[in-house]
Amino acid sequence: MFVINCPFCGERDQSEFSSGGEAHIIRPKQPTELSDDQWAEYLFMRKNIKGVQFERWNHAHGCRKWFNMIRDTSNDKIHAIYKMGEKPPIV
Amino acid sequence: MSKELRVNSKYIDQTTRIPFKFNGKTFYGFKGDTLASALLSNNVHLVGRSFKYHRPRGIMTCGSEEPNAIVQVSNDPSLTEPNVRATEIELYEGLEANSQNCWPSVNFDIGGINNFLSPFLPAGFYYKTFMWPASFWEKYEFFIRHSAGLGKAPTKPDPNIYDHQYAHCDVLVIGGGISGVIAAKLSAEKKLNTILLDDKKDLGGVSIYNNDDNFKINDQNVSKWLSNEIENLKKYPNLSIKTRTSLAAFHGYNYLLARENLTDHLNVNDRKDKIRQRLWKIRAKKVVIATGAIERPLIFNNNDRPGILLSSSIKKYIDYYGVKCGTKISIFTSNDSAYETVLSLYKNGVKINSIIDIRDKSESLIVKKVQDIGIKIYWKHTVVNTKGYKRINSVELMKLNEKGTGVIGDKINESCDCLGISGGWTPMVHLFTQSGGKLEFNRIDNMFIPDENKSPSEQISVGSCNGDLELDDIIKKTNLKTKEFLDINTSIFDSLKIQNSKEKNKKNIWLLPSDKALGKTKPFLDFQNDSTAKDVKLALREGFKSIEHVKRYTTTGMGTDQGKLSNMHALGIIADTTGTNMGELGTTTFRPPFTPLTFGAIVGRNVGQFFDHTRYSAMHNWHETNGAKFENVGQWKRPWYYPKNKESMHEAVQRESKAARDSAGILDASTLGKIDIQGTDASEFLNRVYTNAWSKLQIGKCRYGLMLNEDGMVYDDGVTTRLGENHYIMTTTTGGAANVLNKLEDYLQTEWPELDVYLTTVTDHFSTISICGPNSKKIVNKMIPDLDLSDQNFPHMSFKNSSINGVRCRVMRISFTGEHSYEINIQSNYAKNVWEMSMEAGKEYNITPYGTETMHLLRAEKGFIITGQDTDGTLTPVDLQMDWIVSKKKYDFIGKRSLYRSDTIREDRKQLVGLITEDPNEVLEEGAQIVEDLNKKPIEMLGHVTSSYFSPNLNKSIALAVVVSGKNLRGKKLFVPMENKNINVTITDTVFYDKENKRLNA
Ligand SMILES: [Zn+2]
Repeated sequence: MFVINCPFCGERDQSEFSSGGEAHIIRPKQPTELSDDQWAEYLFMRKNIKGVQFERWNHAHGCRKWFNMIRDTSNDKIHAIYKMGEKPPIV
Repeated sequence: MSKELRVNSKYIDQTTRIPFKFNGKTFYGFKGDTLASALLSNNVHLVGRSFKYHRPRGIMTCGSEEPNAIVQVSNDPSLTEPNVRATEIELYEGLEANSQNCWPSVNFDIGGINNFLSPFLPAGFYYKTFMWPASFWEKYEFFIRHSAGLGKAPTKPDPNIYDHQYAHCDVLVIGGGISGVIAAKLSAEKKLNTILLDDKKDLGGVSIYNNDDNFKINDQNVSKWLSNEIENLKKYPNLSIKTRTSLAAFHGYNYLLARENLTDHLNVNDRKDKIRQRLWKIRAKKVVIATGAIERPLIFNNNDRPGILLSSSIKKYIDYYGVKCGTKISIFTSNDSAYETVLSLYKNGVKINSIIDIRDKSESLIVKKVQDIGIKIYWKHTVVNTKGYKRINSVELMKLNEKGTGVIGDKINESCDCLGISGGWTPMVHLFTQSGGKLEFNRIDNMFIPDENKSPSEQISVGSCNGDLELDDIIKKTNLKTKEFLDINTSIFDSLKIQNSKEKNKKNIWLLPSDKALGKTKPFLDFQNDSTAKDVKLALREGFKSIEHVKRYTTTGMGTDQGKLSNMHALGIIADTTGTNMGELGTTTFRPPFTPLTFGAIVGRNVGQFFDHTRYSAMHNWHETNGAKFENVGQWKRPWYYPKNKESMHEAVQRESKAARDSAGILDASTLGKIDIQGTDASEFLNRVYTNAWSKLQIGKCRYGLMLNEDGMVYDDGVTTRLGENHYIMTTTTGGAANVLNKLEDYLQTEWPELDVYLTTVTDHFSTISICGPNSKKIVNKMIPDLDLSDQNFPHMSFKNSSINGVRCRVMRISFTGEHSYEINIQSNYAKNVWEMSMEAGKEYNITPYGTETMHLLRAEKGFIITGQDTDGTLTPVDLQMDWIVSKKKYDFIGKRSLYRSDTIREDRKQLVGLITEDPNEVLEEGAQIVEDLNKKPIEMLGHVTSSYFSPNLNKSIALAVVVSGKNLRGKKLFVPMENKNINVTITDTVFYDKENKRLNA
């Protein structure tokens, strides 16, 4: 069980958060112009990395804000947390 | 209690005799005994039968690693507990314990026949035999269930209280033996907020009863020195000591669970109203693991007889509990530590027959002392067999050959009533690996120890769990490591003078040879699961290579003790047989809990009414008073129907449905989700989340909306009302409210942060009273006379601000029944009052309260869907024949692009249709399958019934269903096959009642 440093609230127990999958997948601005394959790429394809992964998290039982996290899935080490819209820090 | 088997012990209160029952017979022990020590003092060794062969088994250890002495505690159907280790039960008045896994009794066990059948019960026997023929499985299952199984579950609810508590600390020290005490003291001295846990009733571990003059700290006996240190610990206000507390799990980020036993040691009568167990949820900045080591058995033929114990356990029974495990004891060892046991026994006047040592010799001080006493030592010998069915009565030994791979010479017979075995030590690395740590193999001592370079969090392992087994090593290294870990310069333990008389000299043979072929012997590895060295070798021959596979195939290490005694030997035998290095082989995974946890401790207070939240509407009391039956909808209790005069559900629903269409019905719709949406981009936001267009909706108007997932599937629906230029109120389904809000927040925060929109849940703030039927207008008019209800001023799908008795309310003219109807939304604290006013105003029109069942029926008559009942996350609006609500003009909305993926445009998707039965009285079962051809095999299923009712307004059965290509099958006759008959049905339109929607304005 991690301790997550919510950028709005500070350190809280993982039980207050929910994970929202891979980060930095941007919803296409013009979906109608995409082929089925391109749309499927956005809709279904997700990486599942053993190692450093960019993830979305939500402080669901707290401030309810979304933010991004860089986490190593092999040892659960959290390398960085940054707000939505911010550039990922280099780790 | 046998006087001959008791000696004095200062750790046991020998003035307080405690009666207890074992297998129905009354025995006596002393305060301070465990069930195991008390039984041994009564000369009871035989306590159970083994799992597979039903061999007699005795107490083997004195701790949590006990594989044999697992008992069922208490005969009370609500308190009885299986699989409790007799070595961990502190004796109390009222204790009733029974052997498990034997029938009819431990002394005469019918399953013991398996022992003689054992050549036919090799590894994987169950897998191989019971798999074929498949039709026999039920018979096999019966046999297995009756002959196997560990203990009985309670049959009544547990009346005990369990608790959960959080703790945060700088340093958590796990284990109160000598190294844990040293670490805790250093931490406390450094003013760190420290918690020290130990699973026993007192601190001190094995050193607390070490009064052997061969071991000294600062010229004091170890026991005396340690007692003083423990006494000293009590003066630190920043150190909290928790005994009877065992660490169950070590998770990432130093999050640990520990179970504290609070009443299990008390006399039964003293337990009332006390918390039985507390589960501690600990978040520690730093963790010191000091869990010690457990002694290994030796693996030789018939090493499982009652009377065979770990040598260190025999030592604890004599030194700590004051109990002799036998009167003629032999010792079988591979190392020096068994000689400590010999000296303790000798000091207490117990006869030691002989020592069998597989080593060539040992030059240590402690061995010399034993030799000086004159005890016979058989160097370089091994036990090749033991005898005695219910209790060991002799051992047979032979000389080992040069390599230790076979035996030579003559067989020697030694009689004994107890055999102490010592195969060296296994560090308790379980918690380290649970936390994600990796182990390294120490080839000299043949043990896995924590790899300090691969420590997953702020933690250290100290003492024998780190592989430091000798007193001087333990103290010096614990001191050094803790100092470094806690950033301490000088310590009070820096200059201790330590005397140790043992040497590390050890010989390691994982599987000891016998004069008989392996196939003719029974060298047990896992005592609880009855797997032998033979089984492991068989598994290897059959091609299993991975240790995880061998474990599952032979069940080695899969008992409630998780193979604490057996895993190392299994690994060793695999390594030897396959010629692999043990370090490369790795270990099996140690999973939490370290020792079994009760369900009570896991759930804590979250039982009964505290298991989950229950949500009640503001009118709940009224519903209750008026006889409503309730239905769970998510966490909500919703009125299901209101039976009158002992009506059945069917009768009540028929009456309610008819009343709602004939005159007036009233529904508590408060549980629908309500989201307040404000901001200059609110209209644009709705455009993006709903399939239809919202920009042109006038203020004061309502609109039905369908929300999709990005994959094009229907997610939720509801009516949204425009309250002002930049202000809407959205309603969602009852069950979907929280998810819809989360989804909308997700899009707002992550995809469209540029939109000026704010979402607030107001589900609980407003209550909703829905009044429908041809007389609804008259009723609302009576309640709010100054509100102009004319169709011109207040048409269908519009909204008015109003007030009732001075309380502001929102009135919407929307309908889920197809009838002329109004929804009154009012602040929840006035809602019950307004509900009662509505009942009063509607009295002359026979206003009838109806529940969710009638609501479902009425909407089904109109063909309105319920998301989650008629949809299941695989249906698009087109599948639902709701193309009309999907905007063709809007450039984008959530899910739009998915509506013309190659899969979603298929014509042969399942589509929503109506169904009528040939026999109008036949009501279909929801979920029933629909087929066209009854003779085709395998039968092709075209779809299923999603909603089905008997409509009192149409006087016939109606149903909604999803059917492949259903859109084009109107009029088609199909079948719904049931267990005893096939029901003839016809596909129809989804709207059964008032197809022209005339009643909306009636
Ligand atoms: Zn937060």
